[in-house]
Parts: sequence; structure tokens; C-alpha cells
Amino acid sequence: MTITYLEAIREAQEKALRDDERVYIYGQDVGAFGGAFKATKNLAKEFPGRVLDAPISEDAMVGSAIGAAIEGMRPIIEMQFADFSAVAINQIVNQAATLYWRTQVACPITIRLPSGGNPGSGPFHSQCLESLYSHFPGLVVMTPATVEDAYTMLLEAVEIDDPVIFCEHKYLYNRLKSDLLPETGLPCDTARVARFGRDVTIVTYSAMVHEALAAADQLRKEDIEAEIIDLRCVKPFDLRTVLSSVARTARLLCVGESWPWGGVNSEVITSVVTHGFLLLDAPPQRINSKDTPIPFHPNLWGVHKPSSQVIAAAARRLCEW
Amino acid sequence: MLDTLKQPKRGVVPPASREQYVEAFNWMLLARTVEEKLASLWRAGKISGGVYLGKGQEAISAALGIMLKPGDIFGPLIRDQAGRLAFGEPLIDVFRVHFGSRTGLSRGRDGNVHRGDPRRGYHAMISHLGSLISVVIGALVARRFQGDITAIGATTIGDGGTSTGAFHEALNMAAVEKLPLVVVVVNNQYAYSTPNHRQFACTDLVERAIGYGIEGHSLDGTDLRECLEVLGQATERARSGHGPQMVVGNCLRLTGHGEHDDAFYMDKSLSYTRLGRDCLKVAENYLQEHQWADEALLENWRKNAKEQVEDAVVNAQHEPLADPNSETWCPYATQRIAAALSVR
Repeated sequence: MTITYLEAIREAQEKALRDDERVYIYGQDVGAFGGAFKATKNLAKEFPGRVLDAPISEDAMVGSAIGAAIEGMRPIIEMQFADFSAVAINQIVNQAATLYWRTQVACPITIRLPSGGNPGSGPFHSQCLESLYSHFPGLVVMTPATVEDAYTMLLEAVEIDDPVIFCEHKYLYNRLKSDLLPETGLPCDTARVARFGRDVTIVTYSAMVHEALAAADQLRKEDIEAEIIDLRCVKPFDLRTVLSSVARTARLLCVGESWPWGGVNSEVITSVVTHGFLLLDAPPQRINSKDTPIPFHPNLWGVHKPSSQVIAAAARRLCEW
Repeated sequence: MLDTLKQPKRGVVPPASREQYVEAFNWMLLARTVEEKLASLWRAGKISGGVYLGKGQEAISAALGIMLKPGDIFGPLIRDQAGRLAFGEPLIDVFRVHFGSRTGLSRGRDGNVHRGDPRRGYHAMISHLGSLISVVIGALVARRFQGDITAIGATTIGDGGTSTGAFHEALNMAAVEKLPLVVVVVNNQYAYSTPNHRQFACTDLVERAIGYGIEGHSLDGTDLRECLEVLGQATERARSGHGPQMVVGNCLRLTGHGEHDDAFYMDKSLSYTRLGRDCLKVAENYLQEHQWADEALLENWRKNAKEQVEDAVVNAQHEPLADPNSETWCPYATQRIAAALSVR
């Protein structure tokens, strides 16, 4: 039996609904229809009254989740696409993220953001917003790259007493498969070494982990061994694991699918330079999507986001420094 | 068009008793006394940031506050001092938060009207208008999940707040979910400096209830008797399964937007209309006309309010202020998340 990244998300929600009566799911078309991507398939039938269709009102969806969380519930909000969470940004960053700070009342909500591009999706169905949400104090931002993490981290997101932005990557939904789901996983604030190497550290997360792994395969043919760190969670992120890798390789390349300005890559590089400047033999580099809206046509989209070839070329240059 | 407005008949709820009227009046009086003190403390430089007063809106706010019961949910907005007190806010908390006391509800992290105690259903507004309505909706959804079918939720907003997308999303959502929610729209004629005619184009905001498919009520916000009657009815309708209720109260803001604002832009002629009446004075006259209170009793109540306020101010002023050294600087409830972020 195999299970996909998308099915892992569904399974995690099923388990959360089964194990914890405080959990409910709210989002557009998540009920009988099972969600735009089928992440809630059959859940409305299995858990009557707990998987609810919402009107097209992202602001009120998140606002209501906050109110329910204050009263002891553990809501999971499905945004149909990460891009649409922009409509709810006020509730997310001003209401949810500040609640505990202002009132000492926790806000345990999980907001699922189907993120990232697919061919033909265009500017408003392709965004990766982890850098945006990481900017705001009070939010936890998860970016799972594997089937196993999609499952255990979503369960962890529901358990965490703070608002969690769960960036699940649409490109991975049906492309990633695993044999079975784990009982437990690493805590989100621990990074995973996805591949060991001695020559260059590539820090990445979400779908870009797989592009980086493909780049590492190419580089191996040239006798360059890249170490791939999968951050898993970008806020907080595991600086210790990153620094210990850079201590060995002395070279850092950060890869993310979001836009470059003020982003996760910038934060990782700043932290490494601040805490480990003397570990570095070359200036740290980053690769992001191009600093433009996301193009619709696959010819353009294919070069808009970082690819394994671009990652390999950047790693090669770093190693030649 | 108004023919299709679901407007329950008046008179279903009996007129306010002396007891109820006097209770509401005393909350109004206490709120007015609190706010006069806040204004004077602000002018004396004792309060950082702004001070926002509800002068002229005490009748609506107090009437709403006393209609709520323990276990109900209340999301007050900026001009709801009377309702906050009636809902059970301890007087000292008003001053703690304005001063930035370390023992206050928000410990100097947020000030003035942004206070609340969400654990007991008393929500802490953010500045973004309209966004509190859906939070109250969520609290009611939670209660429904938990099997509590007796609680209602109430929240207030101004004429300006009705123009937000958040207001529309929330009203529609509450209607879809048929929640026991009372939304009180206080039309005080100005949103900061913007008059009604630059804010909305419908004849009366209560018409919007038609579009949402909910019951609508109107009231004269300067008349405590009418506030009690209509809000009594609206809360009762919500409590007895008739879904969301929209109440539009009309009055005039008898103050600037905040104490920093002299309201030079306001149309002075409004002061001489029915809207411009001071609800506190109207209520005092009503009490005397009905021989529910004479001048001596009123004076006694005023003195009592003043004493309570002075005590609260003195006690709050003795408390330690927010302190950067003892502040945790941590916005996370989850210990290991906080620890992971404090490494840097």
C-alpha cells in the first residue's frame, strides 16, 4: 500500500478529528465535496457536523476560528489556495498572532495553506507565503517536504497552543508517495539532514528539498557532495543543525520558492553570518523565485522558480570559490 | 423596501421596570464619571497613547450590557465603557490598562480600549473595525459544539465599521449559521471626521438586515427606556432561536473621536436635534418625571460613582508599571516554540 502527501494530510485530519473532540474543520467546499484537492474527502460523512463548508469569507473564517479557539476548540481552517489567505491576513497577523501576547489566552488554530506552483496555475493559485507569515511574531510556520512530515507535523500543528500556518505544497500532493505513515515524528523545531555531504550545505524546505536532492545527484557526478538540510519548519527554524552543517562544509546555499525580499533565505543567511561568520569560506548564496508575480505559462513558470539545474550551478560556483 | 424588513413588533418585552432602569442609569453614570476622569488624566499627561470616550452612547451600551448574562459573550468596541462595566468589568481594570500597570489585563502590552478578558467571554478588540464580529461568531460556534445552547453573543460597531468587508463577511456568516448573535450598530453620525453621507448610501443602516436575511431593529440611542426595550427584545429574540439580530441605534457622538480631537468638523446644528440630546440628561429627567429618583438621590449616586472612580484610580496608580526587565518578550504560548526562538 502506498500513501501520498495529500492522503497523509487527509489521514492526519481524520486522526485529529477522531482523537480530539475539540477539533473541527472549516473551509470552502471541505464538506460533502471533500475540498478542492480532496484533502477532506469523506471526512464530513465520517464526522457529521464537524467538517463544515464556509462561505467565501476568508477573513470571517479565520476570525471565527480565533473565537472558537478562545472557547477551547482546536479549529483547522483550510484555505482553498494559500494565495487567498491574503484576504484573511488581518485576522491572522493582527488578531490570531497577537492574542496570547495581549491577553495571555492561547490561540491554538491551524491554517492550512495549499501552496506553491503547478504548471498553468498562474499568479493567484501558486504563491508560497511562508516568508510573509514568518515576519509576524506569534505565528509558527511549518513547511513539510515529505509524506511523513505532512502527517506528523499536521498533527503537531493541531496540538500546538499557538496559531500555525501549515504550508503544504501542492506540487507534492500526488507526486510524493510513501509506504506507511509513522506513529511519531521529529518535533517541528528540529531540522532533518535529508542527505549528507561534505562540500556545500544546501538549506531548503518544502518542495525545494526535492529540487535540491536532484541537484545533489547531478553534483555527485562531478564529485561534489552536497549536504541537504530540510528545515521542515521555517519559524522557528533549527539554527543549530544548520550551523553544525556549515561548520563541516564551510559553504551555504539557501533555496526557497518564495520571493527573495525579506524572506526565509535572508533570515537563515543572516543568522549564519551573525553566529558562524568564521565557519564560512565563501559568501552565502540564496536562490528564490524570480522577483515578479508568478507566470501562468509553463515555459515561463519553469524558469520562474528555482530548479535543480539552477541549484546545481549555484552550488558549483560556491565550491569553486 | 422597508416592508420586507423582519422587524419584530415592539411591546413584546414589557417596558423597563424601575429596578432595571436604575441599574442601567447607574452604569451610564459610572461610565461617564470614569471617562471624565480618563480625559482629565490624559490632559495631565498621566496616560500614554489615546483616550477614546463614549459620551452620548452610554444608554445603548449600558442597556446592552445589562441584557447579557453570565456565560454570554461580549465583544465591546471603543465607546462601550458603560456596557463593559455592566458586563462585569472591574473598575480598576479600566485604569490599570490605561496606565499600563504590570498587573493589568494586558500588562502594558496593549492599552486603552483594547482590553478584555477572553477567558470569561469578554473579548479584547483590535483596532481593525469589523474584525471582532467573526471572533464572537467563533465563540458561539464553539459553544454550540460544546452543547451550550443558552448563551448569546453581542458585539457593537459604529456607522463607519459597517463599511468594512469584515462586517459583511461576519454578518453573512452569522446568518448562514443562524447564530444567537446581536450586532449593535451605533450610528453616531461620524466615523472619526467622516459624516454618514460619505460613509454609506442606503437610507437607514437597518435596511442591511434585509440583505442578510436577519431581523433588524432601530432605536433612539438618546432614550434609555427605548434602548432597554429594544435591546431587551433583540437579546430575547437571539436567545430564543430567532438567529442573528441587527440593532441600529441612532445618536450623536458628544465628543471628538478621541481626546486629541476637537471635532471642529461636526455639524453644530445636529446638537439641537433629537439626536444631539445627552442620554444621561434625558435619563435623569425620566427618573425625576416618574418619581423614580429625586435630585437628592441623583446627587447621592453621582457622589458614589465619583468615590468609586477615585478609589480605583488611587489603587491603580499604586501598582507597578510595565517594566522591560521583567517583561518576558514572548508572544508564544508553547514553551518549546518560545525556547527555540529565544536561542538567537
